[in-house]
Amino acid sequence: MKRLSRLRRHRAAGPLLLIFALLSIGTTFQVAGAVTNTTPTTADRSATIEEGKQIFLKGCSSCHGLNAEGGAIAPSLIGVGAASVDFQVGTGRMPMADMSTQAMRKAVVYTPAEINALATYVASLAPGPEVPGDEVLNYERDGSVAEGGELFRTNCAMCHNFAGQGGALTQGKYAPTLMGVEPKHIYEAMITGPQSMPVFSDKTLTPEEKLSIIKWIKAAEAEPQLGGAALGRVGPVTEGLLAWTLGIGLLIGVAVWLAMKAR
Amino acid sequence: MTARERIAGNVAGYVDDRTGAAKWMKKNLTKVFPDHWSFLLGEICLYSFIILLLSGTYLTFWFDPSQREVIYEGSYEPLNGLKMSAAYASTLDLSFEVRGGLLMRQIHHWAALIFMVGIVVHLLRVYFTGAFRKPREFNWIIGVGLLTLGIVEGFLGYSLPDDLLSGTGIRIAEAIIQAIPVVGSYLAFFAFGGAFPGESFIPRIYTVHVLLLPGIFLALITVHLMLVWYQKHTQFPGPGRTEKNVVGYPLMPVYMAKAGGFFFIVFGVTAFLGAVASINPIWLYGPYTPGQISAGSQPDWYMGWLDGLVRMAPPLETHAFGYTISWNILIPGLILPGIMFTLLALYPFIESWATGDKREHHLLDRPRNAPNRTAIGAMALTFTLVCLLNGGNDIIATTFRLTINQMMWFSRIAVVVLPPIAFIVTKRICLSLQRADRELVLHGKETGRLVRLPHGEFVEVHEPISAEKAWTLTSHEQLAPLEISEYDASGVRLPGSLKNKIRNRISRANAVAVPKATESERKELEGHH
Repeated sequence: MKRLSRLRRHRAAGPLLLIFALLSIGTTFQVAGAVTNTTPTTADRSATIEEGKQIFLKGCSSCHGLNAEGGAIAPSLIGVGAASVDFQVGTGRMPMADMSTQAMRKAVVYTPAEINALATYVASLAPGPEVPGDEVLNYERDGSVAEGGELFRTNCAMCHNFAGQGGALTQGKYAPTLMGVEPKHIYEAMITGPQSMPVFSDKTLTPEEKLSIIKWIKAAEAEPQLGGAALGRVGPVTEGLLAWTLGIGLLIGVAVWLAMKAR
Repeated sequence: MTARERIAGNVAGYVDDRTGAAKWMKKNLTKVFPDHWSFLLGEICLYSFIILLLSGTYLTFWFDPSQREVIYEGSYEPLNGLKMSAAYASTLDLSFEVRGGLLMRQIHHWAALIFMVGIVVHLLRVYFTGAFRKPREFNWIIGVGLLTLGIVEGFLGYSLPDDLLSGTGIRIAEAIIQAIPVVGSYLAFFAFGGAFPGESFIPRIYTVHVLLLPGIFLALITVHLMLVWYQKHTQFPGPGRTEKNVVGYPLMPVYMAKAGGFFFIVFGVTAFLGAVASINPIWLYGPYTPGQISAGSQPDWYMGWLDGLVRMAPPLETHAFGYTISWNILIPGLILPGIMFTLLALYPFIESWATGDKREHHLLDRPRNAPNRTAIGAMALTFTLVCLLNGGNDIIATTFRLTINQMMWFSRIAVVVLPPIAFIVTKRICLSLQRADRELVLHGKETGRLVRLPHGEFVEVHEPISAEKAWTLTSHEQLAPLEISEYDASGVRLPGSLKNKIRNRISRANAVAVPKATESERKELEGHH
């Protein structure tokens, strides 16, 4: 007893106890957290759905309807799947800034957790494409750049331009640039077909082919400017502009200088 | 005589004994050329043509003009293992494997763009100063021929690598050939040696691009320059300059140095562009397959206005006797360009017919003193510019957040409405400038110095311009209208009177001018200020 009480009054007792308490709390939290991450219980899932529904009611329902059934100005979200929500909200396209021709990419409004909740809620309405996980998106391992380029030119370049720089569609719609887009979002765009884009189902482009396309886009993004300034990678328009400004400008400048009388 | 002079004399004598060059050289090396920066614009074309010959020769050492299918195994990873034509594969090797190859390719392409820009700028100078008038009509036609051939040569050149973009261009060219009624499809089969794309088109255009057209170019450029030499260069009006003389500097040494130096500058500018700015990055376009297309596919700028015309054409087709006539391709692709180039080539004759001026002209017009010609030029330029803008409508639409449909409708309306407006506005501006000249000659320059006279009046002091300046501003002649009589002495209409009526009407419009200041008017006003 005496020994115990002496130890209890030891100088190091307080800090040691504190460290022990922190460690046990941390470990418990870690174990508990890991458990919820790997196997979400039905209760957790319904909590997330409920959270997502609340966010939906506040931020989305005014256009998409109280039950995501859609309305005059916005489509129904029943059956669009989690991937669609993750793409539209995760790239900042939704919520839309205005009712213009097309939702454009902008700063993301919701946190990843909120987007996850929204996506879970929408996915709970009816089955649809799921958000691809990191294991699915291993394009570095499963993709081939050359094949991806060939597929890209056949399926994507007609709207997104040969180098993924984007291009114009009719009536002010456009195919956006693919530079700086997360692989997950490219994949989701292919399986959900946002805006004017068609859906590329796994029958049209197998998952491996989709990964090859992503790998090619990432290679194009990382490609150094091989021939000098890339001039936007949009083809001869900017080249002609440079010839008509800098090129002939320099030469006419020199011609004026040559024809000046010596002073 | 020093040893050096003796040796030089001996060499010169040796050559002269065998060629008789001394007499010719003595006469021609002292030939005088007038000095103005705009007279150097044609030289830009000549020098970029030389650069094109040199860099193009380098490219032929490695380029394989064949549509035989090969598998690429070069160092550009994103295309590795793909099937492609030998033409495309060898262009990739030229870009990535050959030492200096990419630089040479880029210099060649930039020089081609500069060549065409130079031709257009030179043509504008010749047109707006009236340098095409008698005796230089033939040289004008040769120039128009060089412009036309330049467009064709450029198109064939960027079609050679057989990349996705150039294949798209060839496909459009095929469509235009096919649009020719009745014979179109046969001509296309003839040109491609069968169905598109076939295996013979690229070898064929290669021969045309590196042999036939450069040969014609060399011949035409030689004649073009010989005519300039023989007819002597035109000059701007000024004191001491007449229709009978040329005021300027001798070829040797002044122009030898200036022109020689300018060659190196043109070479420098194209090499600079080739070194710092990417042009036609064929490795990004990928190999051509008829099933693929890229958004924003454009031709090079000198074809861009034709593309713009095709893009704005409404969908018109006629079906008759089992044939389809695609007016939407035929009109913008062949008929309109045909009319435009014909009018351009015939312009010197049209103008001399309208003005009745059949005399020789070696003194240039200031554009303002030929308001009608300047206005017609502005009209044609506006037309072409609207077409060119529409050629890049998709790039412009995405860059400036416009819609392609807005661009197309703007072009369709503007291409009809804007040229006449440009004509009227330009003519008014020319007449205003004439008025300003008259004002300057009669009242002198405003000095901004206000003086109060003894009786209290404030006046601005005008400084009279120099006699030289006054001469330059008034030496041009103002044409009187033709006034061909449409009736004979007894008031009976003459045959061909409608033609004469039109001619009179045109020549009256042509003669509209602000009367230039005369000597007596100037004398009269002297001392008034």
